[in-house]
This record gives sequence, C-alpha cells and structure tokens, in this order.
Amino acid sequence: MHGVVNWAVHFFMLDEGPLIWLSDFLIICASLGIVAVLTKFRLWKWLWDEWLTTVDHKKIGIMYMIAAILMLFRGGTDGLLMRAQLAWPNMHFLSADHYDQIFTTHGTIMILFMAMPAIIGFFNVAVPLQIGCRDVAFPYLNAISFWLFFFAAMLFNLSFVVGGSPDGGWTSYPPYVENQFDPGPGENYYLVALSITGIGTIATGINFLVTILRMRAPGMTFMRMPMFTWSVFVTSVIILFAFPVLAVALALLLIDRDFGSHFFTVNGGGAPMQYVNLFWFWGHPEVYIVILPIFGLMSEVISTFSHKRIFGYSAMVVSMVAIAILSFVTWVHHFFTMGAGPGVNSFFGVSTMAIAIPTGVKVFNWIFTMHKGRLEFTTAMLWSLGVIPNFLIGGLTGVMLAVPPADYQYHNSYFLIAHFHYTLIGGTVFGVFSGLYYWWPKMFGVLLNEKLGRWHFWTFMVGFNICFFPQFFLGFMGMTRRMYTYPAGYGWGVVNLISTIGAFLMGVAFIIFVYNILWSARYGERDTTGDPWDGRTLEWATTSPAPHYNFAIIPTVKGRDAWWLMKQNGESINGPKGVPFRPIHMPNNSGRPFIMSALFFILGAGFVFQWWILAIVGFVGVLICMAQRSFEYDDSHYIPVEEIEQTEAAAGRL
Amino acid sequence: MEAKEHKFHREEGFPWKHVLGLFLSVLLTAIAFWLALATHQPPALVITIIVILGVGQLLVQLYMFMHFTESDDRAWQVPAIYFGLFIVFCVVGGSIWIMTFKSIVA
Repeated sequence: MHGVVNWAVHFFMLDEGPLIWLSDFLIICASLGIVAVLTKFRLWKWLWDEWLTTVDHKKIGIMYMIAAILMLFRGGTDGLLMRAQLAWPNMHFLSADHYDQIFTTHGTIMILFMAMPAIIGFFNVAVPLQIGCRDVAFPYLNAISFWLFFFAAMLFNLSFVVGGSPDGGWTSYPPYVENQFDPGPGENYYLVALSITGIGTIATGINFLVTILRMRAPGMTFMRMPMFTWSVFVTSVIILFAFPVLAVALALLLIDRDFGSHFFTVNGGGAPMQYVNLFWFWGHPEVYIVILPIFGLMSEVISTFSHKRIFGYSAMVVSMVAIAILSFVTWVHHFFTMGAGPGVNSFFGVSTMAIAIPTGVKVFNWIFTMHKGRLEFTTAMLWSLGVIPNFLIGGLTGVMLAVPPADYQYHNSYFLIAHFHYTLIGGTVFGVFSGLYYWWPKMFGVLLNEKLGRWHFWTFMVGFNICFFPQFFLGFMGMTRRMYTYPAGYGWGVVNLISTIGAFLMGVAFIIFVYNILWSARYGERDTTGDPWDGRTLEWATTSPAPHYNFAIIPTVKGRDAWWLMKQNGESINGPKGVPFRPIHMPNNSGRPFIMSALFFILGAGFVFQWWILAIVGFVGVLICMAQRSFEYDDSHYIPVEEIEQTEAAAGRL
Repeated sequence: MEAKEHKFHREEGFPWKHVLGLFLSVLLTAIAFWLALATHQPPALVITIIVILGVGQLLVQLYMFMHFTESDDRAWQVPAIYFGLFIVFCVVGGSIWIMTFKSIVA
C-alpha cells in the first residue's frame, strides 16, 4: 500500500511543489467547468455533430485557431515564468530542474503546437475559398490531421503534471537526452508527441498540395493564384520533404531510449551529432514553413488595404520558390560550432546569406505596393506593417549569425535568443495576429473591434521590443542561453529586468486580445456583406461565414484578384443570372478521425511509459479504424437544389 | 469536392496488386532485420545490402500502392520525384560531407 502511494505521489509529481499543485487545481477546475457547461446547456450532441466529427475545412480551420490561441497562452505562461526567474540576479523562484523543463516546453509548444496550428489553421480558413473550391482534396484526411495534432498537443501538455516534462531543450540533443543521463518519461513525451503531430502535418502538406494542384476554379492558372495560396503551395512542398526527416530522427532517438539501441549514444558506435544534423535538416525548413505563409498573407493584407494589386507578383512568386529551395541547403548554420571544417562552414554560411536576397525582394515589393496606394491603417494592416521592421531586425542579425567565425562568438548567447524571437514573434506571431484580424469576419461573421485591436497592437509592439531588443546586448555581455540564474556583478541585472517588463507587457497585450474576442463576440460589428475590407480574392465573394458548400456555382476566374475583377465588371459570384443550381456533392462527417487519434494518444502513452500492453491496445485500435475506413463505401451525400436555393436567397445572391 | 467522382473508376475484382505489394514490403523489411540481427557479416556489406533493399522498398511503395503510373491530366508526380531526388541528394550527400568532420577531429 505504502509503495503504491509513493509511486502515485511521484507519478503525479505531488512532491514537486506548489506550481504543480496549482496546475493540477486549474486543470481539474477547467475540465469540470467545460463538462458542466456542456451538460447544463445540453451541448454534447452539438459538440459531437458540429465539431468533433466535422470534415468541413472552415470548421477545422477554426478549431486549429482556437487550439493555437490556447497553446499561445500555455507557451506564453512558460515564457513569463522564465522571465520572472531571470528578472534579477540570484533569484530562486524556479529551481534549475523546473527552469529546464519550462524552457523546453516553451520552445516546443510555441513552434510545434502554436505556430504550426496557427499556420495550418489559415491554410484551412482561406485556401479552398481563395481557389474557388468546396473543400480540400481529402476532407477526411484533413480531420485526421487536426485530431492527431490535437491529441499530440494534449499528450505533450500532460507531461507537466504526469511523470515530468521533457528537459532537453526544444531541440532535444543527444547524448544528454539518452536514458543514461536523462531517465524517466519526460523526453519520451517530447519524442512521441512530435512524432504523432508530425504524421498529421505531413498529411496536411499532401492535402493542400493536391488541393492547389487539382482543385482550382476554372480559369485560375498558377500565375492567377492569390499570393497566400502560392505561399501555401510552396510551404506544402517544404512540409512534405522536411517532416519525414524529423520523423526519422525522432524515431531513432525513441528506439535508443525505449529499446536500448545506439544510434546517437556516445558508446556503442553511435554518433550524437548525426541527430543534430538530421534535426536541423528539418529544423531549418521548418522556420520557413512558419514564415512563408505569413509572407503570403501579408501580401494579401497590404494589397487589400493599399487598394492596389500587389507590386511585382512574379518576383514574389520566384522569390518564394527560391526561398523554398535555399531553405533545404542552409541547415548547418545551426551548428557551425560543431567544427565541420572551413569548407562546410563557408558553404553553409554563403547559402544562408543568399536567402536574404529573395527575402529583401519581398520586403521591397510590399513597400512598393503601398507606394501611391490609398492606404487604410486597419488593425490587420498595422500587424502586417509591424512585421517589416521587426522581421528586418531578425533577418539582419541572422545574416550576422551566418558568418561562421562571428557565429563562434554569438552561438547560444542571448544574441541568438533575441534574433530568433525577432523572426518568430516579429514575423510569425505578428503575421498570425494580422491574419486573425483580417480573416476573423470570414471565420465568425463578426469583426474584431478596431480600437481594442489598436491597443492590442501597440502594447504588443512596444512590449515585444522592450523584451527582446535588450537581449542582443545581454548576448554581447556574455549571457548564455538556458542559464537559470546568474550572479550579481556582471551588469546583467537591470537589462534583464527591462526585458522582463517587456515580456509582461506582451502578456497584457494578450489579455487585451482575449478581451477583444469576447467583447466582439457580444457587441462586435456583424459582417453582413461578406466583404468588409473591399477585398480582392474569392474568399470575400461569399457570405461570412461561408455556406457549407462555399460556392453554389464554381466561379470562373478571368484574372488575378478574381473578386476585384468581378466587382469592377459588376458580375455576380454565381455567374450570369438564371444559371440553374445543381445538387452539390459533399463528404459525410465522420467520428473516426477523432476516435483514431484518441487511440494514437493511447499508443503514444504506451511508448512514453513503456507500458507495452497499452501501446498494443492503441495500435490495434488504430489498425481497426484504418480497416473500417477501407470498407466504407457510403462516404458522401448530395445537397439538394432546394436547400442551395434557400441558402443563396437568404444571402441575397439569387 | 467536385461532382465528377466518376472520373476515378473503382477498382474491379480482388486487389492482387496490393496484396503482392504488402507481401513484398514485409519481406524486404524482414530481410533487413534478419541481416542486421542474425547474420555476422561485415557492417559495410550489411549497410550496402540494406540500402539496396531500401531502394526496392521505395519502388514497391511507388508502383504497388501510390498509383505512380496513373494520372488523368498532368503527371505532377514526375516533378515531385525530381525534387525528391534533389532532397535525397542534399540529405544523404550533405550529411556525408558534413559528418566527415569526425575523421578530422578524431
């Protein structure tokens, strides 16, 4: 009995102190609250029918965005805990162990479980509408992608209160993370959760690649596609070729940890640096996966709010393709200090600097798009314009880091931390907020409040720069990455305090954002036209939110900025008057993606704790789900013409 | 979803191709494991054979499962394969080049 209690106390980490108890308490309260609300308002059936089983790209997109905002909260809380610990010399707010766990979960969650779902959420929200089709190529697979991501994120977050979080950094380098030095389930959580979400991401890459290749509306040639769709196309190619490499690296490391092989151990013929090499072969393209779609949506936003077509469309396309190809040949700059020799380091230094050229082309094109435009500084526009100076600082410091001899000085110092936060927050997070303000009416039929939006933007912009700009100097002053505390007398204290103040300002900005969502849901301006921004691309041609089938009649595209052209020529999205509607073929909802992903969660938990019976149960369940799908012949239905007529009449498009 | 689902005909009869594909892919995997675990050949030989088996596995997957030879307007899989070869060149060739540092350092 005593043994069981001891085991449980350790397993649920009740011996780890008040932070864990508080988290347990909050998780239990939140879960009970959700269950109570769903039961009280009899929403269980609604939840299952409308959301958990949906294969509609618009709803999947919304779920991705909600998950991304929740994970931004989790990752942001981690960040604030770290900044609180570092605010002053010799702080003992967090222990070294807890600090290690928190910087690991912060990085992993922000990249894999915040940036990725936000990006993929926008794929879902915008791409099928922009290219004038009714859903993605594989709607059922799309649901599987989402639920795999969701359950992987839950599994990863569970580590905080069950068994212990990973503590090897978001890069999880061996040999430190091998069993010998880092026993326990922590690193397994990282490896398994990333593997599961990786399967979903590869499926998303395939899905959008096929959707864009095969399902564009008639007349929409490649060079007529909206810029965002182009960026998703390029990003999907990168996903498809980069993520399998991560899958292999993670699998090999998991085999090392679970089954005692020696791929990356120091003894037994293993090569720890080979993991680093494989990880960054994925890791570098990954940063372009989270920035290229932002470049695409910035192009949309800047063009829309300049009321001009994008400047240098072909140059934009060529530069994105160039970035995609170059992104696969720069990965060594993450580990110049491994000492691969002057030949290797020079090659990868030069290839890294070369990426600055196409990126610069894009920046100039945005500026020239605004030149002589009729500028409208909406919140979405502000966020997009905010990317330009912030990302420029991130990019220029990136070129500094790309010089191998100089990199030996900057490597793993706070200079690096400041650099990549300028690209990932200054680029990706600013861009995600821009996209949220821009597409929010399309997603929910409600505009976010502009005044609160401005408060959100300026608080975040100021807080972000106060937080991260001083960190460049901390790097020069010698403060290294991942140190959990530092002695007084180095002159780092005040600089760190300033940085922490900035971080908490960003927290305030996040609260304003959440308040804006809640305020707008209740009092916000309703989007009755479907085209609140006087948009240029096809997603603004339909109702907000779009009807289930998107377009009653698939539009014919006559040029770039298809909807703009239609408006200029006074055409309707449904074509000339009197064209009869035909029944629309749509995929059926299915609960199997949800159930199968839950079984993946069980399989994953088995691998985390090495409970093989659990793993086998999960695995067999997954196989049964796949087999069932193979024999499912009745997987689609037709929307009758009367229903389409009713919906279109209600939208005033008859 | 376009209402032109009849473009893709349903497969008729028993899917022999897939069964053969499954058999071959399991067999190729089993040989690789057997070579690594049960034989005592020099590592260089084992690795070479496993690479050859891997290429075989690739062909089985492409031809037996992935409808590599089918397409009804443009064969998008062809440029994809070329880009795949470029990536393979980068990851294999690049890794060999980068990781030779061991021989210099050691």
